[in-house]
Amino acid sequence: MTRRRHLLAAAGLLAVTGQTQAQPRLPSLYMFIPAGPGGGWDGLGRAIEQVARQAGLVGSFQFENVGGAGGSVGLPRFVSQRRGRPDALMVTGSIMVGATLTNKTPVGMKDLTPVARMTEEAGVVVVPASSDIKDIKGLFEALKANPGGTSIAGGSAGGTDHITLGLILKALGRSAKEGSYVAFAGGGPAQAAILGAQVKAGISGYSEFAEQIKSGRMRALATTGEQRLDPSIPTLKESGVDVVMTNWRGVFAPPGIRPDARDKLVALMTEIHALPAWTEMLKTREWADAFLTGDAFSAFLAQDVTQTEAVLKEIGLA
Amino acid sequence: MMDSIAGLQLGFANALTLGNLGWALLGCFLGTAIGVLPGIGPALTIALLLPITFKVEATGAFILFCGVFYGAMYGGSTTSILLNTPGESGSIITALEGAKMARNGRAGPALATAAIGSFVAGTIGTLGISFLGPVVVDLALKLGPAEYFSLMLLCFVTVSAVLGGSALRGLTSLFFGLLLGLVGIDLQTGQPRMTLGVPELLDGVNVVLVAVALFAVGETLYMAWRHTNAAPSVRQVGSIMMTRQDWKRSIGPWFRGSLLGFPFGVMPAGGTEMPTMLSYYAERKLVKPEHAKEFGTTGAIEGVAGPEAANNAAAAGILVPMLTLGLPTSATAAIMLSAFQSYGINPGPLLFEQQGALVWTLIASLYIANIMLVVLNLPLVGLWARILKIPQPQLYAGILVFATIGTYGISNSVTDLVLLYVIGIIGMFMRRFDFPTAPVVIGMILGPMAEQAMRQALTISEGDWTTFLTRPVSLAILILALVALVGPRLYGRLVNRAP
Repeated sequence: MTRRRHLLAAAGLLAVTGQTQAQPRLPSLYMFIPAGPGGGWDGLGRAIEQVARQAGLVGSFQFENVGGAGGSVGLPRFVSQRRGRPDALMVTGSIMVGATLTNKTPVGMKDLTPVARMTEEAGVVVVPASSDIKDIKGLFEALKANPGGTSIAGGSAGGTDHITLGLILKALGRSAKEGSYVAFAGGGPAQAAILGAQVKAGISGYSEFAEQIKSGRMRALATTGEQRLDPSIPTLKESGVDVVMTNWRGVFAPPGIRPDARDKLVALMTEIHALPAWTEMLKTREWADAFLTGDAFSAFLAQDVTQTEAVLKEIGLA
Repeated sequence: MMDSIAGLQLGFANALTLGNLGWALLGCFLGTAIGVLPGIGPALTIALLLPITFKVEATGAFILFCGVFYGAMYGGSTTSILLNTPGESGSIITALEGAKMARNGRAGPALATAAIGSFVAGTIGTLGISFLGPVVVDLALKLGPAEYFSLMLLCFVTVSAVLGGSALRGLTSLFFGLLLGLVGIDLQTGQPRMTLGVPELLDGVNVVLVAVALFAVGETLYMAWRHTNAAPSVRQVGSIMMTRQDWKRSIGPWFRGSLLGFPFGVMPAGGTEMPTMLSYYAERKLVKPEHAKEFGTTGAIEGVAGPEAANNAAAAGILVPMLTLGLPTSATAAIMLSAFQSYGINPGPLLFEQQGALVWTLIASLYIANIMLVVLNLPLVGLWARILKIPQPQLYAGILVFATIGTYGISNSVTDLVLLYVIGIIGMFMRRFDFPTAPVVIGMILGPMAEQAMRQALTISEGDWTTFLTRPVSLAILILALVALVGPRLYGRLVNRAP
């Protein structure tokens, strides 16, 4: 039953995209995931495969997962083994920006050819439901008065959550170094520490905490995106702290490819992004569309790297 | 309580269809197979099976995943016992006594007590999920990093049970393990430590790899080194069945192990390793005097039954925070949660309310998988035990091949293979000069966990060390650790002094 529905959906797409079936844009595409199967980068890679294959844009996909250390293990392998190859893509994102800086890897984001930013997710600042901090202003005051005593839980040190805290502290006129950041491996233990009120507050991706917020076990104080994610939760920016920080994910080509090969990959991603199946995919996975290509993407990336590096330097991690 | 029973009825009604039983059987089979292979764990297997979520309806897929998860816990003990090659970190302790039993012609009873112990623990754990889940998880949330640090100190006491004859040699091994545990990125600062510029070392050294290298590769190399041309002795397979006495000696450890394991699984930073260590320590201290000398020499059945039960009960416990709060506290739970998401289900505290039917079917399928597994595994005991009839040179060569393939399977990385043999050679020399290898693994598991918990606790307390003493639960655990450390000695002295 489901299988037939998939076939029908595929047939419908073929009708829309017309002749693409006869001649795929790329006969094959090598997709490198610098993380283990099942995570966010892997999910984005496989979603691209699903949509592109159904639309007949790419003949066949070959996946390779090399996980570890926020992508720092996979990155050098992709850069050295695929240099100059026009049919290879790597899925990565903001986590790698911080990871390559803190790990001081010899190979960095600058060694990649940016193709497209695909999705992003805003972070959220939460407190346990039992906390006496009622709103984001309350947390700002606590951070301003005593940053050392306001422990904040999040993912690994130097990651997006830690950088967000650093930026907030800087905006409040304190130093990023003064923060009392408690790093946890993985979302589970961090959530447990917040739910059990072991820490004063927590910062992480919105989807990590969404269900806890919905059930009333955590109170959301602010989200970290440009716009409100939930109409009832303010953003940091509108609360008087000029910080915008999202966890973005995108695809990159190896270094040393010719400009026309890069243009071809950008065109492919643009085409995938325009498909109704992609819109559908974003909806079921609850990913926010953050499509950006070409020079705009390169400029965004450069700014992200500078900003991240500045905070990490201040904390003393880079 | 009534809700749970009604839920279970609904769950069993859904799970007992022919199709779903088929998924359960397939999952158990796959799980046992990957549990036997070192390196490939349930998390990786479920991750590789994720694409089926596009095709198969949610109930079937989760029944399959749970079968894989429980199956892997059963299978993990098999190679630990037979080949001294643990498949996952929770069965490392099982290898200590299990492999010694197998070497002394008691492979059958060791495998049987592990399988039945897994069944007992799996059932107790699943009952715990059904009836105690939400209550235990709220208690577990009250534990913070300070309490975890104290718990890990308590576990360090268990090292004393495996130090061997010379405390100096044992402690040297322990420090070697602590050193290995430091390799990789430090979680609290994001800085690499002792990685020698090798990117593959950024994520640290895999503890299963080290256990396999020291226990299996080291032993094999040592055998090759010291091999004499004397007539190779064919090992005795011995009786397959557990004797009446084996049963009597196993029952206590099964239940104690299960009761110890389940709460550790529920704790968000608990895991399966700590309860297996504590269970081993407890059984070693509680064993009847007439069997005490079997520990560390010919292999004591209590030392297999207890840790194996603790491992399985903890594995069941891990599902509690996942199902009641949506917390992924292990790699496997994290992958299962992402499978929920690909069905558009958001796991969280509301999961039981919103997806009651699915959750209860999943829990019912755990009971079914547990029964299937014991039925599947007990007859295999005889077959597995026959592996030991292979002449030693061939058997050891096989172990080497098997360990190599399994290690490569962890990450497809050549660095891991180099590590396997470098540590294997170190293991060979340790064996030669009588350094115990178990403390290395214990140090490697506990060291990094204790370090992170301690630093998290100190960050929260703003560097105030009294946090470990002023928090009542933490203090209670520390006192327990002190009693466990000096209690037996004090008791021994008092008994000796009595006329």
